[in-house]
Amino acid sequence: MKLRVLYFARLRERFGVGEETLDFAGATAADLVAALQTRGGVWAEELAAGRAFRVAVNQDVVALDALLPDNAEVAIFPPVTGG
Amino acid sequence: MKILVQTDPFDLGAEVAAMSRGRTDIGAIASFVGLARDLNEGSGVAAMTLEHYPGMTEKALAALVDDACSRWTLLDVTVIHRVGRLLPGDPIVLVAVASLHRGEAFDACEFIMDYLKTQAPFWKKEETTEGERWVEARASDDAAAARWQAS
Repeated sequence: MKLRVLYFARLRERFGVGEETLDFAGATAADLVAALQTRGGVWAEELAAGRAFRVAVNQDVVALDALLPDNAEVAIFPPVTGG
Repeated sequence: MKILVQTDPFDLGAEVAAMSRGRTDIGAIASFVGLARDLNEGSGVAAMTLEHYPGMTEKALAALVDDACSRWTLLDVTVIHRVGRLLPGDPIVLVAVASLHRGEAFDACEFIMDYLKTQAPFWKKEETTEGERWVEARASDDAAAARWQAS
């Protein structure tokens, strides 16, 4: 499936990318995170188990076991700090 | 209901006045304004930049206002959140809630702020005397939001 993946705030800066389109062979948000971890470096570090980040699918925050629909907009970002 | 994400400043008085203009059924309006501070975590803050997730931000704010409307009888709600670069003393966020009586207005205003802090996709980056840093989420904000789930 194709995914549009967005990164925000500290993660956008650390990854050096704000948005990318991916051909993705997995099924869940956890599969996507695992695929990104295999890039190594800051990807492995920031997305390691126990690190605080959120995943949103089509603009709703989801749990990592959520299924990703084809052509989904997936966003990965740090815990929010507005207000 | 009015939900805005904008770079421009807002006028608390004008926003509150607009809520009750032309109607006489409102008995209470509670409002909250959050301001940019010059000190955080022991460091002087010269400025901050607020980033957000366009699209999801508006959706998340609308969802938490809907949630508030399902918990209390509210006559009107205004939420304005600024993004971009802000200086100490600048207003960041405005929440104003109109209801029949004060109790609902106070509670809903606090609820909306507590949920906004933990659910709306905004991030603050501070320019401090030690350099730039992203603000870390606080456990106390999660605890403040969790109170509303128990009640």
